[in-house]
Amino acid sequence: MAGPPVLRAEGLRKSFGDRTVLAGVDLEVDRGDVVALIGPSGSGKSTLLRCLNLLEQPDDGRIWLGDEDITDPRADADRIRARFGVVFQQFNLFPHRTVLDNVTLAMRVIRRLPRAQAEEEGLALLDRIGLAGRAHEHPDRLSGGQQQRTAIVRAIAAKPEVLLLDEITSALDPELVGEVLELVRELAATTTIVMATHELTFARDVATQVLFLDGGRIVERGTPDEVLVSPRELRTQEFLRRFRRG
Amino acid sequence: MTDTASDWRPSDIELGRRRFRKKQTLRSVLIAALSTIVLAVALWAGIVNTPGWAVVQQSFFDPQTFVEAWPRVAAGFLLNLEVLGVAAVGVAIVGTLVATVRTLRGPVFFPLRALATAYTDLFRGLPLIIVLYLVGFGIPGLQFTSGRVPAQVWGTLALILTYGAYVGEVLRAGIEAVHPSQMLAARALGLSRGRALRIVVLPQAIRKVSPALMNDFISMQKDVGLISVLGAIDAVRAAQIQTAEAFNFTPYVLAGLLFVVLAIPLIRLTDWYAARLRRREQTGAVL
Amino acid sequence: MPRPRLRAALIAVLATAALALAGCAGGSGTNSSGYVTDGKLTVATGDPAYFPYVIDDKPASGKGFESAVVYAIADKLGIAKKDVVWKRSTFEQGIAPGPKDWDFDIQQYSISDKRKKNVDFSTPYYSTPQAVITIKGSKAADVKDIAGLKGLLVGAASGSTSFTAVEQTIAPTAGPQVFNSNDDAVLALKNKQIDALVVDLPTAFYLTGAELKNGVLVGQLPPTDGVSDDWGVVLTKGSPLTAKVSKAIDALKASGQLAKIQDTWLGADAGAPVLK
Repeated sequence: MAGPPVLRAEGLRKSFGDRTVLAGVDLEVDRGDVVALIGPSGSGKSTLLRCLNLLEQPDDGRIWLGDEDITDPRADADRIRARFGVVFQQFNLFPHRTVLDNVTLAMRVIRRLPRAQAEEEGLALLDRIGLAGRAHEHPDRLSGGQQQRTAIVRAIAAKPEVLLLDEITSALDPELVGEVLELVRELAATTTIVMATHELTFARDVATQVLFLDGGRIVERGTPDEVLVSPRELRTQEFLRRFRRG
Repeated sequence: MTDTASDWRPSDIELGRRRFRKKQTLRSVLIAALSTIVLAVALWAGIVNTPGWAVVQQSFFDPQTFVEAWPRVAAGFLLNLEVLGVAAVGVAIVGTLVATVRTLRGPVFFPLRALATAYTDLFRGLPLIIVLYLVGFGIPGLQFTSGRVPAQVWGTLALILTYGAYVGEVLRAGIEAVHPSQMLAARALGLSRGRALRIVVLPQAIRKVSPALMNDFISMQKDVGLISVLGAIDAVRAAQIQTAEAFNFTPYVLAGLLFVVLAIPLIRLTDWYAARLRRREQTGAVL
Repeated sequence: MPRPRLRAALIAVLATAALALAGCAGGSGTNSSGYVTDGKLTVATGDPAYFPYVIDDKPASGKGFESAVVYAIADKLGIAKKDVVWKRSTFEQGIAPGPKDWDFDIQQYSISDKRKKNVDFSTPYYSTPQAVITIKGSKAADVKDIAGLKGLLVGAASGSTSFTAVEQTIAPTAGPQVFNSNDDAVLALKNKQIDALVVDLPTAFYLTGAELKNGVLVGQLPPTDGVSDDWGVVLTKGSPLTAKVSKAIDALKASGQLAKIQDTWLGADAGAPVLK
């Protein structure tokens, strides 16, 4: 893809107490890329995603969103976060609001759309995932897969520049995983995505770049074929072997 | 050859079980009713047969004094209601402010947090009646207002200061009980900390602690009666005045009745709401 | 099966409770002589007992108007000074129903017909009007008549005759300002929360003379309808001592002894102009 990278990170470090979670991570995401982050549990995938949109403050390193150095202390963190969309493993929908409210909240508060227009857009998005009829219910009435798809729609309703997905199918029952992955596949065609995932087959199908994270470092990076089919590094091979056996 | 849902009839064994359970229930209800009646009658007989009953009845339950006391005590009760209304609003504001300040993070906010902590420590420790005296007699003593401030204003202020501290702590507990992932999701959308608190965390926090909040409100309803020490004529003071006039305690019974009548709807509401929350969270558990 | 036994036990407990409650006899009573303690006169007064009715809150000293009256009554009843026992009671304790642990209560109680329904009063031992006091510089300091007080904040202690006087005789537009005690009311006067205070005349003299800096005695109030200026001691309704105590007080009045006690402790109460 032409043009400057949408998202770039250099030398990211993050420790919690005396535990080093990220030990110098570099990253470059072009417009339209779908980057899959894979690696064992505790390798720092979630922490990396949280650093990218400033939900965590990195101990060292720099991050650029477009031209802007977002690790500059003078940067407006709230406005920067609004340029990302995030979907969490545990959905994290707001239980005290209806499904439609969840989706339109960012539109009304951040993009400052009037309620009528926001609800129109929101319903259109919900319709796309077949949940327009449930718009006025509360999230606890929906199944896990429906909640997660609502969470995805909530994230893209704000028209983000980059979509961050943090193991969004790991908490779902197996039969619900498919519908969520379908939605992501649709979005992958038009959205820049960075996703931490265990779904290696899906990653191979959809990703344009795969990063293998282990022990706080990116051990191997490349196209899905390079990393998932014929990995060069020993640790990557071991990980994939352990994974496939399960 | 399977039965459809509408074709099913209970088996004889199931019918037998139902009959047994019904008999057991009936038995328990009868025993409970009977023992309650026996106890009530025993208490009643005991009280009515004490030698002083006639005098006490006349002293506390005299119809004529009741009627005579009504205008003054009822008017006083209106003052209690007024103070309660204003104090409730004030407490809500102060409590939310205090709870929010105490949950601020970051060293730059330390002075504010320390101030809020000092405030809650002080006013949760001081008995309300002392706060009333200090505020109601102390502050006017400073004489920085040119006009006169009515006693009930000071009373309301004392109530707000004291209950603001309690409610602030309850709300803080509620805020901290909301799962941090909610705040995370709200910030991830790009909401500022203040907005995230207001739109996402606080509503959930309030829902979590609403039984405790309603309890505090019921308690405040009664404590409104204490503003009488400042000279405002509320229901309790009115009862005292009427009692002194007639040397009869019935006005106190009247005032007490009014307070109970006010509290009961709110108590029922609290119970109903708490039960509804329990049902929602425990969906159908029988234990 | 334990259930029939449990039931029986429950009924037994209930029956015992019922019997116990029904059998509860009344508390302390009087003995045949009518006194709480034979041979002694037990008298209750306020806590604290105020000047000039009791000096230094020590009723046993015999100093103070009401203290002196009590010892005079005791003498007439044939009870020696050393046999007078003092107790304390609040206003409410004095008027509560039921037997007491004192023979009579003396703390500036005013006699009224309404009150007579619930307690016994002796014949009056004193009569005093109500008076209005303030401090110099207050809006009430220059007031010459009752009408001048109507627009001001006038206070009184709750439940007192002074309060009734404020409410009915003065009838301020803002209503009377009520306080738990004269102490609180005096504080409010000093803080300028009220413009004037109504108390009985002896107290008025004491406060303006000794307690208040720049105290001003504005004037004396005419008597209020329905409330007499008369003070009597309070006894339990139907007490056998009422007649005896009343006779003693009447004797003290007839012999002039009561007037002498009044002069000693209350001074002349001339000098307070009557507000119209």
